[in-house]
Amino acid sequence: MKHKAATLTGLLTLALMILALFMVFDWVPTEAEQGIVQRIFYFHVACAWVSFAAFGLVAICGIFYLWLGHEIFDELGYTAAEGGMVFCTLVLITGSIWAKPIWGTWWTWDSRLTTTLILWLLYGGYLMLRAMGGDSPQTARFAAVVGIAAAADVPVVIVSVRLWRTIHPAVLVTRAGGHGLEDPRMVVTLLVSLAAFTALMVWLLMTRIALLRAGTRLRALAREVGLARAALEDL
Amino acid sequence: MDNFNYLFAAYSIIFAAIFLYVMFIWRRQTRIEADVRTLETRLQAVRDTLEARAEATRSASL
Repeated sequence: MKHKAATLTGLLTLALMILALFMVFDWVPTEAEQGIVQRIFYFHVACAWVSFAAFGLVAICGIFYLWLGHEIFDELGYTAAEGGMVFCTLVLITGSIWAKPIWGTWWTWDSRLTTTLILWLLYGGYLMLRAMGGDSPQTARFAAVVGIAAAADVPVVIVSVRLWRTIHPAVLVTRAGGHGLEDPRMVVTLLVSLAAFTALMVWLLMTRIALLRAGTRLRALAREVGLARAALEDL
Repeated sequence: MDNFNYLFAAYSIIFAAIFLYVMFIWRRQTRIEADVRTLETRLQAVRDTLEARAEATRSASL
């Protein structure tokens, strides 16, 4: 049943991704000021959305893990942090590629870029803690606290374009109110891209959790084999 | 077609990263599944040996 759900989510992701690519490269009109390079925007924003959602999920799972102590919340939080890191890295890379032809530089210490880099570093620390700390419940508790604290940077990244002076475009909600997309087809393309990346993230989470579960089963089996062998030697 | 290289680079990197992450998950999944199967076989072998010995002990005591 779970395998079937993962397959269906995978197929939905593939279909949405193909549709999003068709819309980005063929259907949506080219933006007047920036030209063709503005098309990076659709997947750049989608990557940002899934990374923020994933980090939010890490925080929610951290709260529930500290509260209830169920292992599933720890596993889900870990997988969400890993996926979030992949997409946050893509946000920084694609943003940098977009910035070069538009701003004339690969990187600038703009408020949104800086707060996003801080977010990336915070969750990099979270994943290092998980990698170095092993499987103990203490590591899981520390990681839950780090995951919750780090998620506080997500709203800061979102509102940074309105709080501080910045050259980063405020596209979704402009400073004057409303959105900055001039053509309705741009909005539709963005929404399809967001749906495609959301489905991709859900599919990655399902697959990664299955992997973690298999790892847990492997460790339990190894213990069982060790015990059975000890019993055999005792005879 | 100004700046097409940047657009191509951005989308190539996105799909390359997703592909590599999926491959990383898939390879680990395959390895873990193989390890689970090996351990299950070993466990069954040890259990069979234990049962055979227990049977032999019972027969000897009768």
